[in-house]
Amino acid sequence: MGFMDDSSSSTAPPIAVRVWRGNPDGGSFEAFEVPQQPSQTILDVVTWIQRHADASLSYRFACRVGMCGSCAMMVNGIPRWTCRTHVNKVMRDNSLTIEPLRNLPVIKDLACDMTEFFDKWKQAEGHFQGSATRHEKVAALSPNSPQRRVANAATECINCAICYASCDVVNWNRDYLGPAALNRAWSLQNDERDSGGAARLAAVGGDAGCHQCHSQQGCATYCPNELNPTASIAGLKRMVMKAYVKGGLG
Amino acid sequence: MLELRLYIAQRVSATIIAPLVLIHLGMMIYAIQGGLDAAEILARTRGSWWWAANYGLFVIAVAVHAAIGLRNVLREWLCLRGAVLGAVTWLSFALLLVTGLRAVFAVVMP
Repeated sequence: MGFMDDSSSSTAPPIAVRVWRGNPDGGSFEAFEVPQQPSQTILDVVTWIQRHADASLSYRFACRVGMCGSCAMMVNGIPRWTCRTHVNKVMRDNSLTIEPLRNLPVIKDLACDMTEFFDKWKQAEGHFQGSATRHEKVAALSPNSPQRRVANAATECINCAICYASCDVVNWNRDYLGPAALNRAWSLQNDERDSGGAARLAAVGGDAGCHQCHSQQGCATYCPNELNPTASIAGLKRMVMKAYVKGGLG
Repeated sequence: MLELRLYIAQRVSATIIAPLVLIHLGMMIYAIQGGLDAAEILARTRGSWWWAANYGLFVIAVAVHAAIGLRNVLREWLCLRGAVLGAVTWLSFALLLVTGLRAVFAVVMP
């Protein structure tokens, strides 16, 4: 069992870890010394602190294998999925600074309130709207069609909110729908089975929608699954503009 | 839908500005061969509908483009909103338009 195995401690010096502790009213950094271990992840570090140093530390995780998207935090100022981030890849001068995700309200310590993040998925009409019933044949989709390739390129999002934390436009404009919701909308716009395109275009073409994006590409830089929400948003901009010019928006 | 309209206006104005900048740069490189003074410039531009249209269109496009860009900066960096943001945007548009067109008139009027 590698995840919490204390018997594999190496002779490397302990890691100097600064962890943000607090609540919605404010907080500060608290220092810990954590033993260094082989193949140690940032999530291992946080878990070690909770189990061995301070049981009141709050954070969120579930799968530990990069699938659930729950454990994202700021590590040395950069948003990362902590379960798949190795300490030796990101540690600077033997020290780590761990904070809750940027751009989201804090609940306690390293746990953020994800409500606005998921609300914006709804606002962007980020749900599939089928046009067929169960009595019809299953739609045959060619994985090689240009439209399907575009949709596939955007589908591997795990809702970790790393793109949302890295986006300066979200920081400047709290109403902005954000990269994840818009990326989701783009994948649905390219799904041949979906019938919600018109309403979705009106939703993402609104004043808090895709045209707010400055294409800075923080989302694409830090997405752990190497998706490119900036490209998806650029596609939405073109799609919305065409609909607007043709009078088919809203 | 205001943001979408502004986005389109800024892209359309950029599309107009780009070739006009190339014409301007090309003209400058061509015109300064062998030296140039103010009298020579004015001799070419005064009474020229071509240069009046060229730079007049450039000034209008720049006023639209820059005012929208400035609006984005003010909204995001200084958190301006609503009527104040609209007023500053229109003011910057008017300032760029008036000063720019004044300069165009100065060099093209006979």
